[in-house]
Amino acid sequence: MSFKKRLMTGALATLMSAAGLAGAANAATEIQWWHAFTGRLGDLLAKQVEDYNASQSDYVVVATNKGNYSETLNAGIAAFRAGEQPHILQVFEVGTATMMSAKGAIKPVYEVMAESGLPFDPNAYLAAVAGYYTTTDGQMLSLPYNSSTPVLYINKDALKTAGLDPETKPKTWGEVETVLTALKASGSACPLTTAWQSWVHLENLSAYHNVPFATKDNGFAGVDTELAFNSPVQVKHIDTLGRWAKDGLFIYSGRRNEGGARFRSGECALFTESSAGYAGVKAEAQFPFAVVNLPYWDDVAGAPQNTIIGGASLWVMAGHEGEEYKGVADFFNFLSSAEVQADWHQNTGYLPITTAAYELTKSQGFYETSPGTDIAILQMTGKAPTGNSKGLRLGSFDQIRGIIDEELEGVWSGSKSAQEALDAAVERGNQLLRRFEQANR
Amino acid sequence: MQKRVIFQNKGLPYLLLLPQLVITALFFLWPAGQAIYQSAFIPDPFGLKSQFVGLGNFEFLLGDRYYLESFRTTAVFSLLVAAVSMGLALLMAVLADRVIKAAMVYRTLLIWPYAVAPAIAGVLWLFLFNPSIGLVAYYLKQMGYDWNHVLNGDEAMALVVVAASWKQISYNFLFFLAGLQAIPRSLLEAAAIDGAGAWRRFWTIVFPLLSPTTFFLLVVNLVYAFFDTFGIIHTVTAGGPERSTMILVYKVFADGFVGQDLGSSAAQSVILLLVVGLLTVVQFRFIERRVHY
Repeated sequence: MSFKKRLMTGALATLMSAAGLAGAANAATEIQWWHAFTGRLGDLLAKQVEDYNASQSDYVVVATNKGNYSETLNAGIAAFRAGEQPHILQVFEVGTATMMSAKGAIKPVYEVMAESGLPFDPNAYLAAVAGYYTTTDGQMLSLPYNSSTPVLYINKDALKTAGLDPETKPKTWGEVETVLTALKASGSACPLTTAWQSWVHLENLSAYHNVPFATKDNGFAGVDTELAFNSPVQVKHIDTLGRWAKDGLFIYSGRRNEGGARFRSGECALFTESSAGYAGVKAEAQFPFAVVNLPYWDDVAGAPQNTIIGGASLWVMAGHEGEEYKGVADFFNFLSSAEVQADWHQNTGYLPITTAAYELTKSQGFYETSPGTDIAILQMTGKAPTGNSKGLRLGSFDQIRGIIDEELEGVWSGSKSAQEALDAAVERGNQLLRRFEQANR
Repeated sequence: MQKRVIFQNKGLPYLLLLPQLVITALFFLWPAGQAIYQSAFIPDPFGLKSQFVGLGNFEFLLGDRYYLESFRTTAVFSLLVAAVSMGLALLMAVLADRVIKAAMVYRTLLIWPYAVAPAIAGVLWLFLFNPSIGLVAYYLKQMGYDWNHVLNGDEAMALVVVAASWKQISYNFLFFLAGLQAIPRSLLEAAAIDGAGAWRRFWTIVFPLLSPTTFFLLVVNLVYAFFDTFGIIHTVTAGGPERSTMILVYKVFADGFVGQDLGSSAAQSVILLLVVGLLTVVQFRFIERRVHY
């Protein structure tokens, strides 16, 4: 699959550079882009590259799929060690701290843009999205590309079966419980399930209620950060979910996106998942559904704050020629344009990365024809981000998520209390943070 | 007068040994040395800088209660895989040995799973047992058993053992079948004439004569379960739920390739190397005594 794709992109690139050669005397500069998208997202990405290559003749972008997010990051790291790194590497949000600490391996986006002389305004990007990839003094390190945020999906038919108003839109977790109880009473085998439990029910929960997930502004202010997601708000939430799991109101489907199939098939009635899941639900679900804001606890002061993003950004790797960086900057300029971004946003369910793309989508009337698609962006931009809701920047975070998954499984199976599980996850995660700190001293 | 063959050329034997020595050095000694060297450092993923920590990585690992639990998980997993895959392979080999018609077809079908990559074998079984869409899980539910390996550690372990064993049965089957066919028919016929039943013939003649094969397979299967199964674990359970299927080699992979913690990963490799060395010594010192060549 990836070989075939590589062959095709290679052939395409050759064709493009041949076309470029015909037009100009000098050969086009090649820009390598390694990414983690396959399937529909891969096709959309290939289309962007194709459009860019056709739009000018100085540069040729060659996009190569390198497996899933973890594999792509690994491939980038291995290539850097061998001196064969691509120009652009797509890295998921949990790899942000790893990339940031790799001074000498990466070239910050603000630098790339400044050297190219192209117009670049960091304020054109949505603060809630770009903030994740920006230093505390406002310099953009990587280009936001695909960002999403968790929302609640509701199967309207299931609500009807349970004797509820199909237009019910629970705002708080308390209201959710009422709905779940009714669903269960009507015989639903799976009232609620989730994807990405740590991301939705701990990371976003913390930001949404303006409580720290970790100290030092969730790691933004230094690598000497410590995890802090075992405070009362998180414990209460996990404890509630644990109780729901015991009563059959919440069904755990797995660590990643296993719940998606169960929601789309109609088995599960409510589903907390990324806004980027919209395209899949719309394509497959045989029932009317609604997309609503992630619920919150109304007894927490200041809630709801804003949610935080998941997804990936584009990092520029060090060690290439100046002319090639100009090409990277030119390509980034193209990717950030309102048309390209609006298209991407509307086709995938990912957030638009610039205000202009958001405005364009609005003016095209997209949100009226596809209700629920603006929930994610409103939820992220409703309030100015605080130190607790800007994002997360923690070393070894992929592993820490693994630890959180393990401990949460203990709660769902009933072998641990929420407090025990979260305390253990914090303690184990802190050990990894100390190791990361040691490696990046 | 004794006739002796003497090779005058002193260099030739060394020259003939050289290819094997080079391969051993290149693919075993060098990487093993690298692992030992790396285990004394905490490097950053990009190889830009590295902190010397001496035995710090080992201290970190051995102080981790969860890492120590991994040893128990690995022992359970490997013994189950070896027992299940060898037991079933022996049974099938005995049955296939007696088949006369279409023997080749049966044998080919039985050998097939070995050609399947571990990750694919894992996905295959995962789909069968998927709690919401799996066929086997569906029938189990019909029979009143609620299968959910996503939350139940014992079921998760059972699933990875089944997937890992299924793949290995073919290999074991081949060796057992070859071993069975090498047993002289006359011995069995003589025993039959003496009045020994099929069961007795198997235990007193066939099984002892198969012991070299069985011993060889035991070593191979344990090494397989230790090192070759991380693809299955990765696709089926990723070590979960609650670390119930976190075997040592999967942790090496997860920490090194997912977590980018190369120092810890290297230290774990060294520990794994020692464990397998120890295991081999034990097998050859104690179990091999019961083997009749």
